[in-house]
Parts: sequence; C-alpha cells; structure tokens
Amino acid sequence: MIEIKGLKKSFGDLQVLKGIDLRVQQGEVISIIGASGSGKSTLLYCINGLEDIHGGQILVDNVDVHASATDLNRLRQKIGMVFQQYNAFPHLTTLENVALAPRIVLGKSKSEALEVAKAQLVHVGLGDKFDAYPSQMSGGQQQRLAIARALAMEPSYMLFDEVTSALDPELVGEVLDTMRLLSDAGMTMLVVTHEIGFARDVSDRVAYVHEGLIEEIGPPSSVIANPKSEHAKRFLANFK
Amino acid sequence: MENSAPTSIAFFTGFKVSDLLFLGEAALRTLLISVIAITSGSLLGILFGWLLAEFNRYLTSGLNLVLDIFRSVPLIIQLILLYNFFPIVGIPLSPFVAGTIVLTVYTASLVAQVVRGGVEAVSLPMRRAARSLGMTYFQDIRYVVFPIGLRAVLPAWTGVALGVLKDSALVSVLGYIELLRASQILVTRTQEPFIILAIVGGFYFILSYPIARITDRLEKRWQYD
Repeated sequence: MIEIKGLKKSFGDLQVLKGIDLRVQQGEVISIIGASGSGKSTLLYCINGLEDIHGGQILVDNVDVHASATDLNRLRQKIGMVFQQYNAFPHLTTLENVALAPRIVLGKSKSEALEVAKAQLVHVGLGDKFDAYPSQMSGGQQQRLAIARALAMEPSYMLFDEVTSALDPELVGEVLDTMRLLSDAGMTMLVVTHEIGFARDVSDRVAYVHEGLIEEIGPPSSVIANPKSEHAKRFLANFK
Repeated sequence: MENSAPTSIAFFTGFKVSDLLFLGEAALRTLLISVIAITSGSLLGILFGWLLAEFNRYLTSGLNLVLDIFRSVPLIIQLILLYNFFPIVGIPLSPFVAGTIVLTVYTASLVAQVVRGGVEAVSLPMRRAARSLGMTYFQDIRYVVFPIGLRAVLPAWTGVALGVLKDSALVSVLGYIELLRASQILVTRTQEPFIILAIVGGFYFILSYPIARITDRLEKRWQYD
C-alpha cells in the first residue's frame, strides 16, 4: 500500500504540492488528472524518492520513503516508473535495456536476466525486436520497451508519468493497450495522464489535482462523468 | 703528427642511414612522453570533469579556475616556468619529468571540459530512469552516463589527444631529445632541413594515424542511430 499524508513540496518559492493525502490500495488503478503544472508529475517523483519533500510523509509498504535510514535503491526496486520521455538507453539493444537492471541491481545471472527480459518484451509485444536499438524503433515501441524494462524488476507498483504525451496520436493506442493488460493482471498503478478515456475505462479511482491539492477523488463515474468542483468541470470540458 | 688527426674537420656531413635510427629513437621518446601524458592526463581529466559536472558550481569554482589557467597559458611558458621553478625550491627535475608533468596537467585541463560535456550530454530524465530502476549513483555512472557520454565526446577527446601528441614537441625547449629536438640537431649538422623535416613530419603522422583510425573505428562500431 502507498500512503501519502499531507505531502508538501516546493521548488524555490513556488509551492507545487500543498498537502496531498492519498491512499493507494493493492491492485488499485488510480488516474491522476489535472492541468499542466498542477503538480501531478512531481507527486510521482516524490513517491519513489526522485524528489525530496518539504512536508508530510509517504509510506510505501510502511517504509517512509524520505526517512534518512531508508535504502532508496532497494525501495525503488518495487516501484516501477515510466516517463514521458521514453528514456531507453540508446547504447543498448532492446534486450540489453531490459536485462541491465535485473543483472546489476537484482544480481541475476546474465542468462537469467536475459530470460526475464525476453519474457517481458514478448509480454509488451516486442518479441521480434530483441536486437533492435531504441533509435530503430517508433516512439510507441520505445515506450513499451520502457514499460518492459520497469516490469523486469518485478515491481509491486507502477507509476506512469504522462507516458503517451510525447507520442504521435496513432501510437497512443498501443501503449494504452499495454497498460490495460497490466491493470487486468492486477498491477497497482498510479497513472498521471491526459487520456481521459483511458482514465474513465481503466481506473478504479480518478484524482483531479488542482494547484497542488487533490480537489476531487472518486470513481470515474463521479469525477469524470459528474465532477462537482468548478475547476474540474472546466478542465474536463476541454476533453468533450 | 700528420697521421694522428685529419687536417680539416668536416663540420657538415650529409644525412646518413644511421640518422634515421636516431630519429626513430627520438620518435619513441615523443611516443613515450605523449602516451604517459595522454593516459594520466585523461584519467585526471575524467575525475576533474566528473567533479565539475556533478558538484555545486560554487564548490568547484576553484578547480575550474585552476584548470582555466592551465588551458589558457601557452604550453611553452608553463614548461619553462615549471622546469626552472623546481630547482629554485631545491628539487631539480629532468626535462622528461618536467615535460611529463606539464603535458599531463595540460591534458587534464582540456579533458576535464570534454568530460564535463559528456556527463552533461546524458539528460536528467535518462538518469532518473536509471535511478528509478534501483541503480545506485555509481551504477548509473558506470552503466548509463559513462557509455553514453563516452560516445558523445570521443571525437573531442581524439582532438585533444592528437593535439597533445603534437604539442609534446614543445618539450624540446627543455632539452628533452624528442622528434623536434632531434631534427634540429640533424639539421644543424647536415644543413638539409627539407629532407629531415619531411621525415620528422612523416614520423608524427605515423604516430598520430593509429589514434585517429582507432577512434574512427570505435565511433563506427558504437554508432546506434
């Protein structure tokens, strides 16, 4: 379980997160929606300790992410993350991209790591791309590669940070399909997205973030179909 | 008396085959001082470049200033200053040692900027992706930053290495008999500057060519786009 209590975060004088409370249950899929600059991505970065925080607390399986005694490298092994920029390692083949972390972080043997990598790549539909370099693949393929790379660490949680925002429209579907598969398999997911359709169809709950606070949270049928706050109404009107 | 010495001394004698050996030996000295300077200077430069790229600008401003000085002062001035400074404080240096130290620091000051550029060529999101997989800082450096950065800066590093190889000729002012100094000696004796400088130029080319070729080949092998 991920528990976020009163989370505050600033960049210089700018307070980006102003007291976020959120509890993510095992197997739950939560979509986080809201305008650009509302702090959604920062929230994800705080959860796996890529950003430090200035108030509140985040617990992942009862481990305080920002406590000085916490082994962040170990904690991150169970929190997979996929970014807006695909961030595939350009000097490695697809297979090597996925096998790297299992080998050097989890200490698997080379052959074990390659087995894991192959399985994950097949899983995301890249079974025919083992030896391709990222530069030889489309954005959608690279993003699926990034998902496979995160999954190869066998995480308990997956964080998705606007993973379709940089994609050409015709490539968005293949990435969303991969995420649907993952949600069907019971993965706990926190998804920052502008894909309202995906949020509506796949999430258990949707959180609408406005200026550093969760203004509204609940099942898609209420937050997306029937938003109460004025901000959420206005924001969602853009997607009709 | 008449048989003990020639009546006239020949000041100038023509270029002989044995002179080629003399030049070859000098080329080895050029190679030696260059290889030491480029290797140790590059290692130092990697350390300095990493510090410059990864640590707070204020913390590294002193290092940056020192490196800037070594980058900007002409090599020949650095050589003469260092070579003459150490005997003053009671530690006489051989031309070889003085030359090696100056060339090494000079190389390091150039490589540091190259390496800084290489580290900064790896985007922050890329590095966050590596860390999000649970990699430690040094795993990120070793498996992500180093290989990507190395590919990005290899051409620039090659330029530095070739430059230092040629600049090693300046150590001749200290009396170290490397290629240029050897050629001056031979020119004085033979009065045939054209042929000797042509040969010495050939030697420099033979020394430089492999560096250019090897890095060229590495670049092609590492190409991934």
